[in-house]
Amino acid sequence: MAAAPAAPIGIASVAADALVALGDWTAFSLRAVRGVFSRNLLVAEFVRLCLTVGLGSVGVIAITGAFIGMVLAVQSYGQLHQIGLETSLGGLIHMSVVRELGPVLAAIMLAGRVGSAMAAELGTMRVTEQLDALTCLGVDPVRHLVAPRFLACVLMIPLLTILADIMGLAGSTFVCLRIYGIDPHHYWEHTRAFVGMWDVFVGLTKSVLFGGVIALVACHRGFHGEAGAQGVGRAATQAFVVSFIAILAMDFVFGLVANSVHDMIWPPNGARPA
Amino acid sequence: MTTPLLELKDVAVRFGPQEVLRGVSLAIEPGQTVAFIGESGCGKTCLLKLIVGLLKPTEGDVLFEGKSLRAMGERELTAMRLRVGFLFQGAALFDSLTVFDNVAFGLKAKGGMAAAAIRERVTERLREVGLPEGVEAKMPGELSGGMKKRVGLARALALDPAVMLYDEPTTGLDPVMTDVINGLILQTRAKRPVTSVIVTHEMRTVRDVADRVVMFHPLARLEPNEPQVVFDGRPTALAAAPDPRVRQFVEGRAASAERGAEKHRQTFDS
Repeated sequence: MAAAPAAPIGIASVAADALVALGDWTAFSLRAVRGVFSRNLLVAEFVRLCLTVGLGSVGVIAITGAFIGMVLAVQSYGQLHQIGLETSLGGLIHMSVVRELGPVLAAIMLAGRVGSAMAAELGTMRVTEQLDALTCLGVDPVRHLVAPRFLACVLMIPLLTILADIMGLAGSTFVCLRIYGIDPHHYWEHTRAFVGMWDVFVGLTKSVLFGGVIALVACHRGFHGEAGAQGVGRAATQAFVVSFIAILAMDFVFGLVANSVHDMIWPPNGARPA
Repeated sequence: MTTPLLELKDVAVRFGPQEVLRGVSLAIEPGQTVAFIGESGCGKTCLLKLIVGLLKPTEGDVLFEGKSLRAMGERELTAMRLRVGFLFQGAALFDSLTVFDNVAFGLKAKGGMAAAAIRERVTERLREVGLPEGVEAKMPGELSGGMKKRVGLARALALDPAVMLYDEPTTGLDPVMTDVINGLILQTRAKRPVTSVIVTHEMRTVRDVADRVVMFHPLARLEPNEPQVVFDGRPTALAAAPDPRVRQFVEGRAASAERGAEKHRQTFDS
């Protein structure tokens, strides 16, 4: 009998902890974003981070982007070929890549490659008291370390998304036109009919959102990791897992919002933007 | 009566269910060199972090020149921290910066100093801590433990602090390097009117450097109403302290050995 109230109390306690963590992350994020407008933002450090985040991710995003496009073409061709609609593959695949797969793929790669490394780096700085040393020398570690990382991710991720989009398109086009021999004219006509600037805009806008959240989640985990090598490892893992879930959840919400905005501007019966 | 430079008023610190400090009250006068001693886990490093505002007390208050740290805004706290030099246990040098940039970091962040003046100050501080020329260009990973501590000390001294906090400055160093660091602490005190707080396990450091010793005891082994400060006095009075826990620590004996000695004395007396 006495054990009965334990479950609701346990759930309430977990919910309360989650709310406290969300509040803490929000305050941390606001401080970091304010730091972007600080006069003390170090240009050399920012350029180094842009190169690490952007240039360092080019290879992996180009390869995965191309393969995702190719896999999508292989999977979709079988079904559309049976009903004689294989020329529609251009519109279908390119729409998926530009609106969904490009931004999400670039974000997941960034979370895995850059986010985890950021959490581990900052976690190590915390364990070795370098964050405390910054504070003692009159420098806010959040503004000094998180603001340039946030800005680098936010600025670099749209470029990486464009790369993922181009490589996805190239991969799928190669499979469709070269391997399956689909008529190029109809293939590109369908692409032109289905994919417009609005889709590119939606894809790139949400990629900025993903980039910001990846940096802020990773830095927050690094700053609040536990002591020791195990704590640093756990911070890196948590950074990826939390970012991954956040990317997919935001993608869902952003998709709903973008569709509503689209329908408000261009009602369903109206003409589709070019 | 002068205002103490640093004051802790009935300070308690808890991390979740774990209580680290309880009811600690201390006043440190300007110019004093105070050593905090005690077993590992008794909250000595915690006290240093409280003084510089890196930690907030769960209860009680910390005062710097009579002003509560709780009442200070972010700007005031930063101004206060710039008057405090902190030598961290592992030196806490920034891995991605050279020795020069590490020592110059606080000066550059504070601003208002020309590049030539910063260079001169950095060179002067590195020479003061006995580091050879050419070390400026090295990365922290290329330095030995003792050299890291010296660079850490040079970085802490670069801003001409009024208070120096040393967190186990000689831990992990060989006896010769321990002597060198003790010498540097004494030299720092002799060159400028600095108030020092040293957390240490090294009794040689206490004897050579401190003019006041405060010993803490871990809360886990205290009765609920027992004070955490078990000794507060001159280093010379340590050996004759009435509290057996103080003698035990000073002589480096385990508690079981102390109990054995007590039993032996009782048997011998009877």
